[in-house]
Amino acid sequence: MIGQLDLSTLQHIWWIITSLVGSLFLFLTFVQGGQTLLLTLAKGDDEKSLVVNSLGTKWEITFTTLVLFGGALFAAFPKFYATSFGGAYWVWMLILFTFIIQAVSYEFRKKPNNFLGTTVYDVFLFINGSVGILLIGTAIGTFFTGSAFVLNEFNQVTWQTPLRGLEAAFNFFNLSMGLFFVFLARTLGAMYFVNNIDHDRLTEKSRRSAWVNFLVSLPFLLYVLISLLVMKGFAINPETGEVFMQKGKYLMNLFGCPVTLILLLIGLILVIYGVAVTYVQRKDHGIWFSGVGTVFTGLAIFFLAAFNNTPFYPSTADLQSSLSIANASSSHYTLTAMTYIALAIPFVLGYIVYVWKLMNIKKLSLADVTSDDKAY
Amino acid sequence: MIEHVDLSQVNWARAQFALTAMYHWIFVPLTLGLSVLLAFFHSIYVKTGNEEWKRLTKFWMTLFAINFAIGIATGIILEFQFGTNWSNYSWMVGDIFGAPLAAEGIFAFFLEATFFAVMFFGWNRVSKGFHLFSTWMVAIGSNLSALWILVANGWMQYPIGMQFNPDSARFEMQNFWEILFSPVAISKFTHATSSSFQMASLFVVGISSWYLLKGRHQLMAKRSIVVASVLGILASGYVAFTGDEAAYSVANKQPMKLAAMEGLYDGEKGASIAAMGIVNNAKEPGDKQDAFLFDVKIPGLLSLLANREFGSFVPGINDLVFGNKEQGIVGADERIAKGKMAIEHLTVYKEAQKHGYAVQAEQALNEFNKYKDDIGYGYLNKPADIVPPVATTFYAFHIMVILGTIFPLVFLLFLIFIKKGTLHSHRWLLNLGLACLPLGYIATEAGWVVAEVGRQPWAIQGLLPVSVANTNLTTGTVQTSFFMFFALFTVLLIAEIKIMLTQIKNGPEEN
Ligand code: HDD
Ligand code: HEM
Ligand code: HEM
Repeated sequence: MIGQLDLSTLQHIWWIITSLVGSLFLFLTFVQGGQTLLLTLAKGDDEKSLVVNSLGTKWEITFTTLVLFGGALFAAFPKFYATSFGGAYWVWMLILFTFIIQAVSYEFRKKPNNFLGTTVYDVFLFINGSVGILLIGTAIGTFFTGSAFVLNEFNQVTWQTPLRGLEAAFNFFNLSMGLFFVFLARTLGAMYFVNNIDHDRLTEKSRRSAWVNFLVSLPFLLYVLISLLVMKGFAINPETGEVFMQKGKYLMNLFGCPVTLILLLIGLILVIYGVAVTYVQRKDHGIWFSGVGTVFTGLAIFFLAAFNNTPFYPSTADLQSSLSIANASSSHYTLTAMTYIALAIPFVLGYIVYVWKLMNIKKLSLADVTSDDKAY
Repeated sequence: MIEHVDLSQVNWARAQFALTAMYHWIFVPLTLGLSVLLAFFHSIYVKTGNEEWKRLTKFWMTLFAINFAIGIATGIILEFQFGTNWSNYSWMVGDIFGAPLAAEGIFAFFLEATFFAVMFFGWNRVSKGFHLFSTWMVAIGSNLSALWILVANGWMQYPIGMQFNPDSARFEMQNFWEILFSPVAISKFTHATSSSFQMASLFVVGISSWYLLKGRHQLMAKRSIVVASVLGILASGYVAFTGDEAAYSVANKQPMKLAAMEGLYDGEKGASIAAMGIVNNAKEPGDKQDAFLFDVKIPGLLSLLANREFGSFVPGINDLVFGNKEQGIVGADERIAKGKMAIEHLTVYKEAQKHGYAVQAEQALNEFNKYKDDIGYGYLNKPADIVPPVATTFYAFHIMVILGTIFPLVFLLFLIFIKKGTLHSHRWLLNLGLACLPLGYIATEAGWVVAEVGRQPWAIQGLLPVSVANTNLTTGTVQTSFFMFFALFTVLLIAEIKIMLTQIKNGPEEN
């Protein structure tokens, strides 16, 4: 059956798969959010150990999801991979840096003779959770605001600004997107602690923190949403393939593609519901509502940027260089082969969920951390 | 495609790739091999129920985790570096190259990441059986990740299963299975994994020898040595066998690399192997100087290795650069000329397409198709450009092979003396075991130098020289990120080594 799909269908499927991986990543950034809470929320060695060890069994999943996101983009939309990574060079470099320092920090922070000292590793974790997520958010923002690049007839990229991508962080829309993701990650992180840690005081503080961080994220969210509805968008003329600016383009996408609208609405409601359940009703499972809500919201954002004749990586310097799922994708053959490979994704998700449940049957308590010689 | 190539930029980008890859490879082979040893240790514990084996398993697991973390930190850079520094490459071959990378993420990295947490934290949280299963999954996941990345790398050494599409000006996949089961990919995978098992065995033997020298944790050290030496000796056989296969495939697919590995300038029948030698650095292709200042040769062996036949012809560097009519070898000058024709016709074709001149376009395309196999050569300037750095390739290859001959003997001696029960009294052997630890690292890094430096000037063998594979960046930009990585990785490496040494010094905790 997969062998019969036409190119355009495959391109859509692969945008959906990539978006799913990206949206799962956004949910899993609760790890990054949790890391930024480490310095403020957790007081004393005990609470710190609990927080770090609670995140410690999950950070690799988040990390690997980011890696897969990159791999999926490379395989399915190589022109985007080449243009964005080669073009917006410094943004990606900095993002990668924050993930390098994260990867060693859990393992190294408490080990004797660790050269930099525990505090430095904790700061690394904070930088990853704040700067890293902020920059990822601004990079996603450029799906709507565009970047200044030109492609020549051999598809080689020339970037038009010396900051090479960092300029995205000076755009208020992108910045708001980034800050929204940072505070959303913190909200999710706090809810994850409520769900995962057995420690009364920390749980209490986490409930409050989830609430406060969510409130802080709201203005940024609202700004992003309202801008999306009113801003000029990038559109493709389906007949000629020409890219032009169109008023209310993203509003049209929202109503032109009801799935996107529904995902966005349900997503946001679920996020809010999860926070309310956690803070108002004092329940422990709010993370699951907000988590699913985050995935839905993420999907809506990615769909909004790419479906309905919209270039998902628009160029402000040369409209016709803009990348869409139609012109940036791999060949028919490769997308088909990759779709067979993607059949494994449900199994992968399955065992991840299974192992997650198995490891989290019992909440993490202080006794667990102190008795385990492998603790971080 | 690119009119003026900024060579210093390309070279900095190459340096950056080499730097990050070689850092990554410090940690990767230990992950590949030690994960398998852990699975053995853990299995023995579950089978015997002996707490001593649990302690032993946990000790090596601690070292594994320290190494694993930094392995991951260095890996993510490599993946994204294809986009950041080699964006033209990413676009031109992304259709083929991206797929194994994505498959690696789906099939392998998630196995590692998910089950690592269980392996590490599962002692009291999951059943004994599932815990052991997880340890095995980490070993399998790690080695699966090696498969996919080596398929990708194997394709760069021997590009098959694809076709050039003149409209998009890039290579497109035609046959996934051909790429997956390419003989080069298979020989790379088997050689890289078995050599990693060997290297990890050396690591375990080396550290255990140190304990015996110090008279500490003797029982644990001996037990570790037994398991590691058995794996090590089995792996050694495999390493030699797959290494020979690798050389055979190099001889067939990348004759220039083989010539550089052996410093062979003038091809001959019944070519001999240089057992060791000192390369004459002043030697240029085509001149009359000797290739070596000093060398020891074993006659006839190279022909056997390369073609599985004594007395067969092995082409040398000069044959490949200048051509050899007698043997039917086309010289690089001729291929460069053809390559330039290919590029020219491709440009005409694109122009004609743009203006809608169908007849002209078809003509140009026909012409292009005649020359397209040599398109990569069209970007080179002179025939000698196809010669990789001979001395580096030669030395790296010989260091690897010499060490690969010594290692199995070391494992054998350890097994013999442990069987006799006299190991602790042979301090020379324990010292040798300790010395082999760094040598294992040297051998495995040398292997990649052979594979990668010997491939120059190609990013994709015969199709895409490195000078057109890169991103349009300034030298300063690449230089800056080079030094950022250099500084960061070095700091992290120092931290890792300090932590590792402290853990070893402290030894397994007395429970
Ligand atoms: C033969 C094996 C091998 C080779 C040649 C490479 N790697 Fe590697 N890589 C591994 C074997 C491996 C591993 C054993 O699976 C690692 C090492 C430590 C670890 O945790 O996993 C890993 C980790 C690792 C990670 C982090 C994965 C995670 O999230 O868990 C990435 C993104 C890469 N690698 C990417 C690359 C790229 C782009 C390479 C080539 C240019 C490369 N690796 C060469
Ligand atoms: C992890 C083990 C590896 C090591 C130690 C290694 C080593 C090197 C070295 C030393 C160079 C520089 C060669 C030169 O410019 O003279 C290089 C370049 C390169 N390697 Fe590898 N390599 C490894 C794995 C890989 C793999 C698995 C791939 C592809 C999947 C790959 C792709 C490349 C590319 C694209 C370059 C840059 C272009 C070039 O200079 O050829 N490498 N590598
Ligand atoms: C016993 C003698 C050995 C022989 C004949 C041998 C042969 C080879 C050859 C011909 C290559 C180049 C393959 C290519 O360019 O595609 C290679 C690569 C390599 N070797 Fe060896 N080798 C030997 C021992 C070792 C040892 C002892 C180690 C490490 C412990 C090692 C690790 C590697 C690695 C990591 C590579 C790069 C990956 C690859 O290309 O497969 N080898 N070897």
